[in-house]
Amino acid sequence: MGFDMITAFGDPFETLLNLQRALEARTASDWLQNQTTSQGPFPPINVFQQGHDILAVIELPGVDKNDLQIQAENNTIRISGRKAVTYPEGVSLHRRERMRGEFDRTITLPVHIDADHIKAEYRDGILALFLPRSESDKPRTISVS
Amino acid sequence: MANQELQVQQKRELENKEEAMTPTRVFAPIADIYETNDALTVILEMPGVEKNNVDVRVEDDILRVNGQLDLSKYKGLLPLYTEYNIGNYSRNFRLSNKIDQNKIAAELKDGVLWLTLPKAEEAKPRTIEIK
Repeated sequence: MGFDMITAFGDPFETLLNLQRALEARTASDWLQNQTTSQGPFPPINVFQQGHDILAVIELPGVDKNDLQIQAENNTIRISGRKAVTYPEGVSLHRRERMRGEFDRTITLPVHIDADHIKAEYRDGILALFLPRSESDKPRTISVS
Repeated sequence: MANQELQVQQKRELENKEEAMTPTRVFAPIADIYETNDALTVILEMPGVEKNNVDVRVEDDILRVNGQLDLSKYKGLLPLYTEYNIGNYSRNFRLSNKIDQNKIAAELKDGVLWLTLPKAEEAKPRTIEIK
């Protein structure tokens, strides 16, 4: 197995339930449709609406900013990079739960994004992507004459 | 090993004996622990926790780490799609070594808390000379 983990999680039923929830969320939501070749489940993403715009909040603890790449094209955003976990030489390892490796994830938004004005902020292990909706996509009030 | 694909690690929610005053969820941060001759190093992943909201203490040989998430940042946001839960972080470890409490060092970087707990002098390994 490619898992870099020794310590097991506490409750297998909880793990199973979480898996089911994740699968259901994936099939029930249109957020992750039409993915490109990269469709890793890491990093986990929460998507919020902020006014007319979209805010994606992504947990990436321990990832160096320089190891993180974000690409945007139309309404597709690709987040890729590497998470390194290193230990000094010759230490005795008591507990090893953190995982290291590479990630590559693409999300497709069901709304049009103004790709030129996307802002990315990485702080305290959280990546915040401010995704402004394109002007043509914003709701308009139509006056009745 | 270096090229493996990362998996999402589900957060383990803590079941507290007493309920908190506010209905915030509490999760056990993912941890690594290693030991050298001089110190124990505890590494905890607490994404989103700011430096001022971390509390580390050693009481009766138990290391208690708490991290509070600033939930006010999420005010006014309407969730459209969610994959992970947010909440505070809390985890306790029973220390197997005597720790020099005055010399505990903590560093928070990219959502990861690094704690260096130097061993007390009497707990350090000694080489015993054989006569």
